[in-house]
Amino acid sequence: MKFTKDHEWVSLDGDIATVGISAHAAEALGDVVFVETPDVGKTVAKGDSFAVVESVKAASDVYAPVSGEVVEANGALADAPETVNASPEGEGWFAKIKVSDASELDGLMDKAAYDAFLATL
Amino acid sequence: MSTMNNVGRPTTPNAVSEKPATLTGGRGLLQNEPLIFEGEGWGKTGVDLATPKTDGSDLGDLVRRDPIGLPGLSEPEAMRHYVRLSQKNHAIDLAIYPLGSCTMKHNPRLNEKMARLAGFSDIHPLQPQSTVQGALELMDSLSHWLTTLTGMPAVALSPKAGAHGELCGLMAIRAAHEAKGEHEQRRKVLVPTSAHGTNPATAAFVGYTVVEVAQTEDGRVDVTDLASKLGPDVAAIMVTNPNTCGLFERDIMEISRLTHEAGAYFYCDGANFNAIVGRVRPGDLGVDAMHINLHKTFSTPHGGGGPGAGPVVLSEALAPFAPAPWVVNTGEGFKLVEREEDEAAQAFGRLCAFQGQMGMYVRALSYMMSHGADGLRQVAEDAVLNANYIKARLSDLMSAAFPDGPCMHEALFDDEWLKGTDITTLDFAKALIDEGFHPMTMYFPLVVHGAMLIEPTETESKAELDRFIEAMRLLAQAAKAGDVDRFKGAPFHAPMRRLDETKAARSPKLRWVKPEGSNQAA
Amino acid sequence: MPDGSELNMRYLPLTADDREAMLAAIGAKSIDDLFVDVPESARLSGPVDLPRVAGELEVERALSAMAAKNKTAGSVPFFCGAGAYKHHVPATVDHVIQRSEFLTSYTPYQPEIAQGTLQYLYEFQTQVANLTGMPVANASLYDGSTAMAEGVLMATRVTRRNKAVISGGVHPHYVKATETVVHAMGVETQVLPAAVDAEADVIAQIGPDTACVVVQTPNVFGTATDVTKIAEAAQANGALLIVVVTEAVSMGLLKSPGEMGADIVAGEGQSIGNALNYGGPYIGLFATREKLLRQTPGRYCGETVDAEGKRGFVLTLSTREQHIRRDKATSNICTNSGLCCLAFTIHMSLLGETGLRQLALLNHEKALATRDALAAIEGVEVLTPRFFNEFAVKLPKNAAEVVETLAAQGILAGVPYSRLAPEAGMDDVLLVAATETTLDADIQILATALKAAVA
Repeated sequence: MKFTKDHEWVSLDGDIATVGISAHAAEALGDVVFVETPDVGKTVAKGDSFAVVESVKAASDVYAPVSGEVVEANGALADAPETVNASPEGEGWFAKIKVSDASELDGLMDKAAYDAFLATL
Repeated sequence: MSTMNNVGRPTTPNAVSEKPATLTGGRGLLQNEPLIFEGEGWGKTGVDLATPKTDGSDLGDLVRRDPIGLPGLSEPEAMRHYVRLSQKNHAIDLAIYPLGSCTMKHNPRLNEKMARLAGFSDIHPLQPQSTVQGALELMDSLSHWLTTLTGMPAVALSPKAGAHGELCGLMAIRAAHEAKGEHEQRRKVLVPTSAHGTNPATAAFVGYTVVEVAQTEDGRVDVTDLASKLGPDVAAIMVTNPNTCGLFERDIMEISRLTHEAGAYFYCDGANFNAIVGRVRPGDLGVDAMHINLHKTFSTPHGGGGPGAGPVVLSEALAPFAPAPWVVNTGEGFKLVEREEDEAAQAFGRLCAFQGQMGMYVRALSYMMSHGADGLRQVAEDAVLNANYIKARLSDLMSAAFPDGPCMHEALFDDEWLKGTDITTLDFAKALIDEGFHPMTMYFPLVVHGAMLIEPTETESKAELDRFIEAMRLLAQAAKAGDVDRFKGAPFHAPMRRLDETKAARSPKLRWVKPEGSNQAA
Repeated sequence: MPDGSELNMRYLPLTADDREAMLAAIGAKSIDDLFVDVPESARLSGPVDLPRVAGELEVERALSAMAAKNKTAGSVPFFCGAGAYKHHVPATVDHVIQRSEFLTSYTPYQPEIAQGTLQYLYEFQTQVANLTGMPVANASLYDGSTAMAEGVLMATRVTRRNKAVISGGVHPHYVKATETVVHAMGVETQVLPAAVDAEADVIAQIGPDTACVVVQTPNVFGTATDVTKIAEAAQANGALLIVVVTEAVSMGLLKSPGEMGADIVAGEGQSIGNALNYGGPYIGLFATREKLLRQTPGRYCGETVDAEGKRGFVLTLSTREQHIRRDKATSNICTNSGLCCLAFTIHMSLLGETGLRQLALLNHEKALATRDALAAIEGVEVLTPRFFNEFAVKLPKNAAEVVETLAAQGILAGVPYSRLAPEAGMDDVLLVAATETTLDADIQILATALKAAVA
């Protein structure tokens, strides 16, 4: 699992990347009340806003950590947005992206580097 | 002794140890009032209309057959229902309502009386102009007061609220750039980080890209940053003055000079005009457009969230683009210019179906005439004096966000002083409710951490200010003394305890629906 | 004061002694010390050139004199409509909305001490949803015309398409107010030619780029239409149907927009609880389908519980709004029509379904009677085939001139269509509305005067 400075995570299995927001981000947002996941089939470029996550008093854009085509969105979040708080780096994933350039992951942080990054905030 | 009342009753209270919960959910005289849909009103009505002679059968299939789902109440029931609800509200008529940036001042009842004169309330927006000369005269008179107070040549009255006024101002700016053939190149609007949310929202609404301008340590627009971002691609700047930190922009002349030099226009958010009315004319500061919230500066009631009114004063450069309709005094009478032709050929369009918020025009003019030019000047002075008094009296216990120099009409504190207490700005505000006061504005402006923005307005007496200050001081001392429970669970004494906003947002219930298995109608 | 005397202003509680004591507490020598940040060149040395402080009696006299110059709807035979309607409002309504706790409270951001406002907003949302036949309604917008503009913008967000097809039966001022705003956003509009019975014409114009179709029923000429087929055609092409309603009472008699398949209802609620007010403040009704909720403008009140599990209400879904989303908000709207909503809700509670249906039938009855009286005049042709409480007639003369002639005789005969759309070439069309306030005698006076005026 790799992380961005904007607190998204990405986990690669073959050419399919599962993406979500980090436990730190979920904690900082507070109780998540709504998630707008991307449409399946949509092409996203790394850094594009591709989803929105909302708590009661805040709304944040979620940026694509990699480029590619959205092949699946986590529909369960529509009825149970609290999953993002309960399991941010597991069942609370946002979407699966068919990666067009796996080398884009190289620039991202691993868990240790991300934790070190968080310590600087 | 002769006749003696032998049905005596105790006249001194018994000592009671504990406070039991009520059985019905009521609290003292506060009833636990159900929704109108939960009563016995299906099929009932509280009006006595004549019996119709038609059944609508001439309309055939167009007629609505299914139940609509609207309960009725008799007049006494309706009165009681809404009066009971009213008692669960705080109001400016009950105590200070120190919401920063909202300007909760006394709402004179003369205004209400005047707005209800049949000559203003019972006239139709499309009556022949010859039959509404008094209404047009009132609009013309209001325009005269607003342009004179602001030192601006023109005003568009029709915007229905502050944000609608922002829209009007930016549309006029856009039209002016279009007329000069510069619209395609000028696509940015500069907005300080401390701006009210409507500013960036409005700029985006009109199709502009919003670029944020930094703020200095002392809470003002960073002129260097502004200058670096101004250029031939900028359409306008939107600056609130006095700003949302309650401070006057000292460099305002430089800001407007740089803006005009770059070929852009200066939109001023006039939400805080009440701090300077009668002492400063925005026209003298180089402003090109400014909305005036009649429900703030000019005392029209907030009414639980509206209706507002947001006339926009315009500079010479923008005046030709004002939206229809407006009033002109022809010398022989008043004329409503409704069409984009002749003198209105460059109008950017129309913002609403009719003439705007006439009811609010009457109230605002009634307020202005009552004060007069001298009274309005005193309004600004007392508003600023009251805010500085609060700031001075609380600064030893709380941390002022900008301690140096005077504030304008509102005093801003941050949450630095709560550090280590485990009490947040929100907790503090909720505890203030228990003491009988409405909280200050919280967490706005966004540029100040845990912001508490206090705006007393000029209509608070010194005695009320002292009561409020005393409550604030006692609470601040309690917070510092570690009396955390008082804050964490607050409010304890309000009609409701803290509400679960997460639940409301996760599975929105936005209307009453008949419970399963109920035999109520609808 | 420049002359040293003290200003006596009834709304200002501070005394000269208070001011002095407060300045001392602040550590300022004079009030001018608090305005030091104002550039010297912009400081006014004294009051601007306007009248000075005035007593209540004086202000009341001046404003009453202006009011007296207007011809009020209640004082004459009155037949104006076209988006604003004269109805009788029960006395209870105006009393309750002037309660301090409603009149002088702010937007209910502190729900623990604003349940009064929040509960009536919840009741209002339910009433509007049921009245329009839609699943959700917001807590109101500014007025019907701005609600229509918001509806069109919302449709472009939902469909990610960029064009609105607008029927020729929509109120021309609503069209203008909508175009002014949506054109700035780069949204295209196609407005069909004005016609009395124009609604079905929109179907042929729906294309793959159509975000929404906007129809009004009853339309500006009064024509009531079943728009079910239009809804089907729009939805089959991936577009939304926006139904505009300018006379809320009509929904007490006519099929609701929801029943006919509307995706968005943009309505004017003035008719219920609110006075004519020369055009404002009014109250924008906005209702839609549940699945479009997140794309809607304006504020919502939702049900929840407090810390003790007791039911209560809060403003919710506010992440769509400007104070959180800023430049990404669904709309820049900040206020609603709070107190006008309250007036609507109280009036509707008094009416109930029984009263509303009765009120709607009375309106229809008076309009039919007016139609019959005018149809009998030689040279006057009734244009509207089926209507609720308003219809169009064609006169043998310029309608605006006839209206002026009758106004001089103390009759407000209606709205000439040319007032709304002079370019339409319908100078001889007069819009005539009747409501429960219309007297049979008024109808006779109108008919007699109109007959003479067109002879």
